[in-house]
Amino acid sequence: MYDRTIRRRRLALAALLACPLLLLTVYFGESSGGTLHNVQRGVFSVLAPIQEGASTVLKPARDLFGWFGDTIDATSRLSELENSNQNLRSRAIAGSEALRVNAQLQALLNLDNAGGLAAAKPVTARVIGQSPTVWYATVTINQGSDRGIKAGNPVINGDGLIGQVSTVTANASIVSLISGGDLAVPARISAGGANGVAQTGAGGPDDLRLKFIARRFRVEPGATVVTAGTLSSQSGLESLYPPGIPIGVVTRVVDPGTDAQKIYLRTYADPQRLEMVQVLTVPINGNRR
Amino acid sequence: MNLNYRSLVWRLALICLVTVVFQVAAVSQIKILGVNADLVPLVAASVGLIVGSLPGAAFGVSIGLLLDFALVETVGVASLILLAIGYAAGRLRELRDPQGAIVPLLVGAAATAAAQIGLSLLTFLLGQRVPLGWPLLLELLGTVAFNAVIAIPVYLILRRCLLAALPEDPRRRRRRAYTTGGLSPLSKS
Repeated sequence: MYDRTIRRRRLALAALLACPLLLLTVYFGESSGGTLHNVQRGVFSVLAPIQEGASTVLKPARDLFGWFGDTIDATSRLSELENSNQNLRSRAIAGSEALRVNAQLQALLNLDNAGGLAAAKPVTARVIGQSPTVWYATVTINQGSDRGIKAGNPVINGDGLIGQVSTVTANASIVSLISGGDLAVPARISAGGANGVAQTGAGGPDDLRLKFIARRFRVEPGATVVTAGTLSSQSGLESLYPPGIPIGVVTRVVDPGTDAQKIYLRTYADPQRLEMVQVLTVPINGNRR
Repeated sequence: MNLNYRSLVWRLALICLVTVVFQVAAVSQIKILGVNADLVPLVAASVGLIVGSLPGAAFGVSIGLLLDFALVETVGVASLILLAIGYAAGRLRELRDPQGAIVPLLVGAAATAAAQIGLSLLTFLLGQRVPLGWPLLLELLGTVAFNAVIAIPVYLILRRCLLAALPEDPRRRRRRAYTTGGLSPLSKS
């Protein structure tokens, strides 16, 4: 009895095993239009409406579990996304920073090329500190005597002259700004050729003036003022500034055509927005034109 | 065919249909932590544990066929795997008769792993592209873990559904486990 049961069980098991193997063989052996494929399509077409109905009926349950799943997923992804967001924000800031610095460096390069300043061995530096006074008298840059910078070297940025080096250490320098009042820069009207001295008056950074312009020169607002360079042919009287570096633009002229005429300038370089500057370390031809 | 046996067959057929429809229409579309549950191997293993090896194997073949038809996949692949799962679970119940509360969980996890690996392997052997590698392994582990969590409730629901149709109360089966002529509760009837 027991043996017969076992035999019957084994037979049943073999039949069950043969069933999928047979189906598998037939399924692979026939074309897509074969009997089994047709049966499969028929069963599918019967099951499909049931599935559709079940899908509709089970949608609330699916949404509920889906909500749990989404919430768990969202929680686990939150920190990942926060990190990603932080990373992207940092990259965006770095990118815009790089674009801004690039624009400044490009402007410096353009000025170097246009003014022939490449021969002055310009050292590019970053402004790392600024005097907190309203005068914006000095800035600190991150290059010093290690790079050949000496006191008195002119400092420019992409807009034009900003000042000169007043103090030098090995790896940093203090730059006195033209808006600070301590500097007197030989300057000339670019169009007319009248020479004078640009210096900030007692009124502060907005009181930059072009002084000592002879009255025979008519100066109009909007005229460009550049560095004059060395005017004297004698040695020992060389200017610290190469000729032709933009300083600023004439904003107004008081008492024009008189000995007391006052020519007010606005510098091209904004002392509040200094970031990348260049120090011209070598005078070219005694800064003569 | 007596009344109990007929009742059992109807119940198993209903479980088979409901499981496949529920799996395809709902469970497969719910992902938690990137994985979803696979009820089919759980149900096949649970049925094997409850009703024995041969009915388990038959149920495995049936549910596998229905799944292949419902998903329009290669007919016979799922049947073959689920046959093995149903039969193995039934044999475990017949030979060892494990009584621990954690047994359905372990059997469910093992059945899920076997189903996943077996299906991937068989699909690969049949010449279809299978994403073998870490993604498959992670998916497999996730599904096994998920199924392990729901294995006990699934087992208890199925047991409740099938208990009335079984010839004897399975709670008393320990005393007559692996006795002559009683390989499964069905063979008593």
